[in-house]
Amino acid sequence: MASGVKPRVKVPKKAAAGEAITIKTLISHKMESGQRKDKSGNVIPRSIINRFTAEFNGQSVVDVTLEPAISTNPYFEFEATVPEAGDFKFTWYDDDGDVYESTKSVKIG
Amino acid sequence: MKIKALTAVTLLLAAPMAMAGGADDDTLVINEELEMVTKTAAPAHMENVDEIMSGWHFRSDETQALQMDDFDNPGMIFVDQGMDVWNTAEGSEGKACADCHGDPADSMAGVAATYPKWNDASEEVRTLQMQINGCRTERMGAEAYKYDAGTAINVEAMITSHSRGMPVNVAIDGPAEAMWEEGKELYYTRTGQLELSCANCHEDNYGNYIRADHLSQGQINGFPTYRLKNAKLNGVHSRFKGCVRDTRAETYSPGSAEFVALELYVKSRANGLSVEGPSVRN
Repeated sequence: MASGVKPRVKVPKKAAAGEAITIKTLISHKMESGQRKDKSGNVIPRSIINRFTAEFNGQSVVDVTLEPAISTNPYFEFEATVPEAGDFKFTWYDDDGDVYESTKSVKIG
Repeated sequence: MKIKALTAVTLLLAAPMAMAGGADDDTLVINEELEMVTKTAAPAHMENVDEIMSGWHFRSDETQALQMDDFDNPGMIFVDQGMDVWNTAEGSEGKACADCHGDPADSMAGVAATYPKWNDASEEVRTLQMQINGCRTERMGAEAYKYDAGTAINVEAMITSHSRGMPVNVAIDGPAEAMWEEGKELYYTRTGQLELSCANCHEDNYGNYIRADHLSQGQINGFPTYRLKNAKLNGVHSRFKGCVRDTRAETYSPGSAEFVALELYVKSRANGLSVEGPSVRN
């Protein structure tokens, strides 16, 4: 179990229909690569977020595969067109099987 | 021919100007609402500097931008972690910081701006971390944090974040004066094989390059500072230690009386600038 994992998301509360909005996401995670060794020479096992997805009203927006070379606290910033009011659902998949979720609503207006 | 020569001369003159690492004239606004004082008149006790400037001005636009939005500021992750500690009961008394101090947004507003400061009960000048440890050992029955250790810095950053935008205002008179004089003495004392004092770089040469980096005034109103080079929050004393080491001297330890005195003096040089911690630097 990775400790101190906390997803954070920034999505505008309101958007015009059809507007492209900027979404920022960050999850605090140590992203242990599996390449490092501890003081006694043993390999520290890999522990990373291996997949990140964003959905809007059930429709896929982005689906990212993360690799061990990605730094600690992975940050994603992307744009999404909002056709209607609804919910963004963000999901992070951890190597240890944990799944972290966050949901944000966007209003039209 | 003449024009060409002139252009060449101009270019030669212009090149070092564009390369100079001086302070820019940008304005620091956090989250599009909190405007910071990053340049102001130097406090009366400073003899050799007229205008004090935040280290923020000496950084590139990209680094500056990271500090202008709490979501982009990686230091805020550690502030969150500090908040978790705030609410966690520890020690033999089974108390958390929150049990006495409540919501830090109210109880800790403005606190960081006045530290280090004289503590009557213990008859010493205390830094914010010493005060936190005082609470831990005297009221919570918990173990003191190691000075500048991760958790201590996180809590310090969280407390400091509630003073952002307020002017640094440490007292240098009264019982703290002796310690302040000691700090001033240290600031102007040359150390190490390179025989450099703090003032040689941060007073005589701010705005100039030191190898590939810009020298700032060495203000500490932005501490704890998230540094891109080590991807974590850095304490004032650790920064002092790095500087003294770079003069090729044996350093004092974080938490030592010498560094407490130096912190008091250097912080007093920022009297009037806004508290920025956690700031972002390279």
